[in-house]
Amino acid sequence: MELLIASAIGVMTAAGIYLVLRLRTFPVILGISLLPYAVNVFLFTSGRITVGAPPVLRDNLDTYTDPLPQALVLTAIVISFGMTAVVVMIGLGAFLGSDDDHVDDQPTDKPEGSS
Amino acid sequence: MTHWLIAPVVLPAMLAPFIVLAARFHIGIQRVFSIVGILTLIAISLGLVWETSDGTIMLYQLGAWAAPFGIVLVGDQLSTMMVLLTSVLALCVLVYAISSGWDDRGWHFHALFQFQLMGILGAFLTGDLFNLFVFFEVLLIASYGLMIHAGGTKRLRAGVQYVLFNLIGSTLFLFALGAIYAETGTLNMADLANRVTLISPEETVGIRVAAVLLLLVFAIKAALVPLHFWLPSSYAEAPAPVAALFAIMTKVGAYAIIRVYTIIFPPDLEVTSGLHDTWLLPAALISLSIGMVGVLAAKQFDRLVAFSIIGSMGMVLVSIALFTPQGIAAALYYIVHSTLAGAALFLIVDLVRCSRANLDLTPQPPIESATITAALFFVGAIAMAGLPPLSGFLGKLLVLDAAFDTALMTWIWAIVLGSSLISIVGFARAGSMLFWKAHGVEATDTTTKCEAPATMAYVAVGGLITLLAANTIFAGQVHGYTTRVADQLFAPEPYIATVVETPGKLSKPTTEDH
Repeated sequence: MELLIASAIGVMTAAGIYLVLRLRTFPVILGISLLPYAVNVFLFTSGRITVGAPPVLRDNLDTYTDPLPQALVLTAIVISFGMTAVVVMIGLGAFLGSDDDHVDDQPTDKPEGSS
Repeated sequence: MTHWLIAPVVLPAMLAPFIVLAARFHIGIQRVFSIVGILTLIAISLGLVWETSDGTIMLYQLGAWAAPFGIVLVGDQLSTMMVLLTSVLALCVLVYAISSGWDDRGWHFHALFQFQLMGILGAFLTGDLFNLFVFFEVLLIASYGLMIHAGGTKRLRAGVQYVLFNLIGSTLFLFALGAIYAETGTLNMADLANRVTLISPEETVGIRVAAVLLLLVFAIKAALVPLHFWLPSSYAEAPAPVAALFAIMTKVGAYAIIRVYTIIFPPDLEVTSGLHDTWLLPAALISLSIGMVGVLAAKQFDRLVAFSIIGSMGMVLVSIALFTPQGIAAALYYIVHSTLAGAALFLIVDLVRCSRANLDLTPQPPIESATITAALFFVGAIAMAGLPPLSGFLGKLLVLDAAFDTALMTWIWAIVLGSSLISIVGFARAGSMLFWKAHGVEATDTTTKCEAPATMAYVAVGGLITLLAANTIFAGQVHGYTTRVADQLFAPEPYIATVVETPGKLSKPTTEDH
């Protein structure tokens, strides 16, 4: 179980970082949306891995799972979802405007004129 | 429990949706509400500063839940001082945005501005690390909107870089928070301060990783070299009033470093020893030199100012990295100075931009009302480069004085003084190119890009310059205050006691719950 979760976090982070380093809008956005998956699973494990246990305190129960990381993950999911939507829109606008989907600045022969 | 402490968060949070929903099509109403909101904010923050100035720690428990279980807002001298600085800066920036018509060149400027303020002020006031993350996201998502305000392809491209960089920063922040929670089981700053000291020396791997990750996140915010690459193009391409407001955003990173690394990981804590002097200080020295070299090397006026922001953040972080009460006091004095000076310079860039074809540092025909703009630039450049008589000079003296007895004193003195010289040359070159050589160029009959700036625009820049002058004249009082702030930061026991021991609702189940 631990090995499975740890390697899942590792693989997703590695894939996310690889995609981010592609420096083209589409792979970078895919990478940016893969990294939150990794971080969300990581946040879950920060409350220790428990299977099939309730997060709410009740009588006659002695195993619980920590409810706080679930609340943190919920917040993180909402925020990363919103942020991804924003970056898709801005990235699309930039691509349509300049007909170029490089994320980094491309070298120019002469200094760029400013707006 | 007084409710005033949450007012700086609630007021913009209420005002922004109201502006979007009720006053969407009426720029006049939006302007009135925005200005009134910020004036109220200044009044509230003055009250908070007054309330905490004697060393009182104000605590606000949301939903009256006791500290480690509920989220708390904490107002101490540092938080309230930063809140006041932000709201005063916001007023000047907003006056400029309104008078120059920037707020009318795209949608929802005022609503986004209020959300941005909500995020910044919340980040200063919160006493909980996860809540700090949430407020960081609030200020970031508003800043994404402001950054691309009024559109344009170049601005959108710079915006993509800015958003992506900060999304990666947010992911790092979450990893750091997960690691901290896994190691300690809490995210409340005061509670963390107690628990971090309890970790046995053999099991510090996790918490050390978390401390470094957290420092990286705040360094991204503070534009510390080598994590500064997002800053020059995004600040240069952002609309001028937005860039001026962003002058406080790098300080949010500096604030977070001061807060977390005095209370949770204090300098004498063995777990994180070496983090400040081995890593933070050299990086800060490098950012100081790179920023000021960038000032000299910049080919465009807006990049020049952006690099001077990096340089001044380097100066702030050099002083913070000393982690002595003297160093923090000097850093806080310099934070006030560099926020005002950076914002003033960005607004001056916009005054220059109005009647030039572009901002390249090449001789071009004289700009509209060049005399007054040149005078403002002269004062702003003196302040930013740290020449007497303005507060940049005093701030640098305080930093040098704080570094006097340290091991790296030679390095700090050499780099601070050398980079000052380089930035003076850089600013002098830019000023003579923009304002003096212009007179030797024949004016062609190209139409100006926009009409001459309104009088109120000069008033806004003049207001910032006046605040800089006041910061110089009352340097004794301001520095006395920042010294008291620093002393309070290095004696965190009252802070921790107030947060942890104030009674509130607890999550202990009682018989009535069933």
